[in-house]
Amino acid sequence: MKTLRKLTQLTTLTCCLSLPVGAWAGEVEVLHWWTSGGEAKSVAVLKQLLEDAGHKWQDMAVAGGGGESAMTVLKSRVVSGDPPTAAQIKGPTIQEWGDEGTLTNLNSVAKAGNWDQLLPKVVSDVMKYDGNYVATPVNVHRVNWMWANPAVFEKAGAKIPTTWEEFAVAAEKIQAAGMIPVAHGGQSWQDATTFESIVLGIGGADFFNKAFVDLDSKTLNSPTMVKSFDMLRTVQKYTDKDSPGRDWNLATAMVIKGEAGMQFMGDWAKGEFTAAGKKPGKDYVCLPAPGTAGAFTFNIDSFAMFEVRDRSAKQAQNDLARIIMEPEFQEVFNLNKGSIPARLGMSMAKFDSCAKDSSAEFVSSSKTGQLVPSMAHGMSTFSSVQGAIYDTVTAFFNSDMSSRDAARKLASAVQGAK
Amino acid sequence: MVEQNQQQSLLGRAFVYSALVLGAVYFLIPLFVMLITSVKTLDDIRTGSLISWPDQITFEAWSAAWTSACIGVDCGGLKGYFWNSISMVVPAVAISTLIGAFNGYVLTKWRFRGSDIFFAMLLIGCFIPFQVVLLPMARTLGFLGLAGTIPGLILVHVIYGLAFTTLFFRNFYVSVPDELVKAARIDGAGFFTIFFRILLPISGPIIVVSVIWQFTQIWNDFLFGVVYSAGDKQPITVALNNLVNTSTGVKQYNVDMAAAIIAALPTLLVYFVAGKYFVRGLTAGSVKG
Amino acid sequence: MSTSTDKRNWGDLVQAMLPKIVVAPTFVATLIFIYGFILWNAYLSFTKSRLLPRYDWAGTQQYERLFANERWWVAAENLVIFGGLFIIFCLIIGIFLAILLDQRIRAEGALRTIYLYPMALSFIVTGTAWKWILNPGLGLERLMREWGFENFTFDWLVNSEMAIYTVVIAGVWQSSGFVMALFLAGLRGIDDSIIKAAQVDGASLPRIYRSIIIPSLRPVFFSAIIILSHIAIKSFDLVMALTGGGPGYASDLPATFMYSFAFTRGQLGIGAASAMMMLCAVAAIIVPYLYSELRSTRRG
Repeated sequence: MKTLRKLTQLTTLTCCLSLPVGAWAGEVEVLHWWTSGGEAKSVAVLKQLLEDAGHKWQDMAVAGGGGESAMTVLKSRVVSGDPPTAAQIKGPTIQEWGDEGTLTNLNSVAKAGNWDQLLPKVVSDVMKYDGNYVATPVNVHRVNWMWANPAVFEKAGAKIPTTWEEFAVAAEKIQAAGMIPVAHGGQSWQDATTFESIVLGIGGADFFNKAFVDLDSKTLNSPTMVKSFDMLRTVQKYTDKDSPGRDWNLATAMVIKGEAGMQFMGDWAKGEFTAAGKKPGKDYVCLPAPGTAGAFTFNIDSFAMFEVRDRSAKQAQNDLARIIMEPEFQEVFNLNKGSIPARLGMSMAKFDSCAKDSSAEFVSSSKTGQLVPSMAHGMSTFSSVQGAIYDTVTAFFNSDMSSRDAARKLASAVQGAK
Repeated sequence: MVEQNQQQSLLGRAFVYSALVLGAVYFLIPLFVMLITSVKTLDDIRTGSLISWPDQITFEAWSAAWTSACIGVDCGGLKGYFWNSISMVVPAVAISTLIGAFNGYVLTKWRFRGSDIFFAMLLIGCFIPFQVVLLPMARTLGFLGLAGTIPGLILVHVIYGLAFTTLFFRNFYVSVPDELVKAARIDGAGFFTIFFRILLPISGPIIVVSVIWQFTQIWNDFLFGVVYSAGDKQPITVALNNLVNTSTGVKQYNVDMAAAIIAALPTLLVYFVAGKYFVRGLTAGSVKG
Repeated sequence: MSTSTDKRNWGDLVQAMLPKIVVAPTFVATLIFIYGFILWNAYLSFTKSRLLPRYDWAGTQQYERLFANERWWVAAENLVIFGGLFIIFCLIIGIFLAILLDQRIRAEGALRTIYLYPMALSFIVTGTAWKWILNPGLGLERLMREWGFENFTFDWLVNSEMAIYTVVIAGVWQSSGFVMALFLAGLRGIDDSIIKAAQVDGASLPRIYRSIIIPSLRPVFFSAIIILSHIAIKSFDLVMALTGGGPGYASDLPATFMYSFAFTRGQLGIGAASAMMMLCAVAAIIVPYLYSELRSTRRG
């Protein structure tokens, strides 16, 4: 009803002022795989805001894993000549879609919204193809978090680790006390998430960049990488044997319930703690993964916009892009999702301590060069290389492969997929 | 001697029955687990074991799955998607069965040069992995203006179901004596007259087989459904997948299971009602080469 | 005069052409939507296609990459294990249950329905239940331990070496009832008089089955093997719902491999190459079998 009234108002306005291009009520079709809990709530916010602007939201949720089915759907839609208005695409994959010549140009919206000033350069670089804006960022996730249940550590008489050496000691104690040290879901992306935090903790930001951004063979097959695999093996020994196939939020639930001591997972895990009514600092603590204090592995979610023919759809698309960048949306969305806003200069007052830490680290790490793109979440490489790294890491995790072999295979797999 | 024989046969009967019952248990376990979980409360699921009897039976999960469970952003349950599936399955099954019947009729009673090769081509064709056709089919549907519509999905299902329906009808009509058709031809009956007057009336059993097969295949399809449908036109399997993957904090196993059973009800119904005719139909000829 | 003969000729011609006209749509559809698409895919496997189809020639590069990929060989080996065991167990269980059901059993209808119903369910549906039953911490293992068998272990689902066998268990569960129906139908179709004659001759029941009944079910074996291998090669939902290809990629099958490379990873070229390898494997196994069976039935 409200929408209808607004619509009538808008139409009347357009008529009276006889603008050549008015506010056309269009339809946006948004392809995403945010179907669980806080994510779904966040998308609902966007839907509401867009409907308030007089457009129709056609939901196109394709659930499952890290959007595997969603990517299939997207490809066939683009091939059939009927792409959605926007799709949840991120990182270098945006460049791949740009190469295919399917994305639209958002420069006019970006100019009007002053995006160049509002977005940190790391973020805006990802959103541009060939110097033009083609996507809008919705959030920044920090991936290198460790979520710990202090009660478990207390019971086991262990100290929450800040380095990987301390981790081994603490894990041993928790296991001796009859609890599970590490809550883990044995899916390849979760194996990779844990692995990249280890690599960052042991090798540091420069090493991380050389390995996962430059894809340097020598670095990939180096003693430091072997050491990282050794540590991954240690972590694996402290997971429970039922972990294969487990969803990440069920692993988080193990920490919440005190069955397990800690989980290595990005800040979206916080949504699960919040939903369970737990307070940060008291019931759980969020700390950087061992050895990664001061560093920040970023994962930026974004919507890439496709070229649409219809004029009213184009108008709706522009409004969608504009709304996503507005503080109102960025705040509500990120409060729900556990991440921090992608645009700078926003008040963090409503956010909790974990998000405030994250926000501060984001700014400071960008100055010290410790801000690195997440490999596990497709921010550092094309999906083919990412897949090759996944395969090696997960094969190592689920077999008794030696660390030396793993590093060698990693280098050759990355070469093969480039 | 007679007594021993009786004893032996009694033992044999006991073996037969226990083997059959054991088999039945193996087949029933997953359904039992699903049913029992769907009427439990979440607490009950957490504390109890896989097959423990529910403390109290509740159908909340069922009504939630039907009307209020969240599928992505929309929290309207499976209700709407159910009808999408029906409106896709019914025409697709009818068309593919009809064409299959005609094909089978031609391949057995009106054979022409190359008809065997055609049949072999069709048979080999049904081994094509469907992932291969996803992209070119998408292009074709876009070209025809059917992308993201239910008619588009019907078209896809008809095309890739033809191999099987043709196989069923061909094998059935092979066992119908050629003399019947020849006699009718001498009497001056044409192609369609013979089909509708002579073959179709005796095709009941094989139509059942074909309908059951196609119905379950199309109803249960996920791959084509997820790729070629859009928005609120999605079939129920796609909605089910989204529902199962939409969780807030705790996984609502009871709702998942209830939704899964709801999504399976039509096919289960078809099997329960027509299962008897299914075996009869297979007996009637489809398994004779 | 001449026009009327023309007309009749026309009518005759149409009558004569009718059978071909009727199968023409299927023929055209098969040609385009199956063989045309296969050709298109074959071409794609020789290009550099990544995210979307591209048509620049790249030679055999994609095949070289495919053969160098360890995951591909795991998937291929898994198909052999899975396909072999799946077909064998389905046949054994199917024949066994069919023979037992054919012994004038009470409640045959109910039992038959029970054996058949898994075929009615999508694996999207039953995958959740199986995942639960096979999970050591939630399902069978926990249940047996609660019942006092402390040392009972059944962790195939989470064991890299054994995960593919859980796919076999669930696959056999789903399809063996259908095979049972095929064989039951076959048994019902056998002429009773042959069996009676053999009985009069004093042949024992197992012997009658071995040397008379089972050999006469050859066409049933044909249908069953065709349908089962069809299911095995295309098994996709099954793996996705049960193990997601894991742990790691230990239970990957070519179908899931192809899907993940072609669609998730933006390596359409490798995906197309793997699909071609699948098709070649199918052709190598199915075509000779089909050929010999079709020939022999035509003769017989």
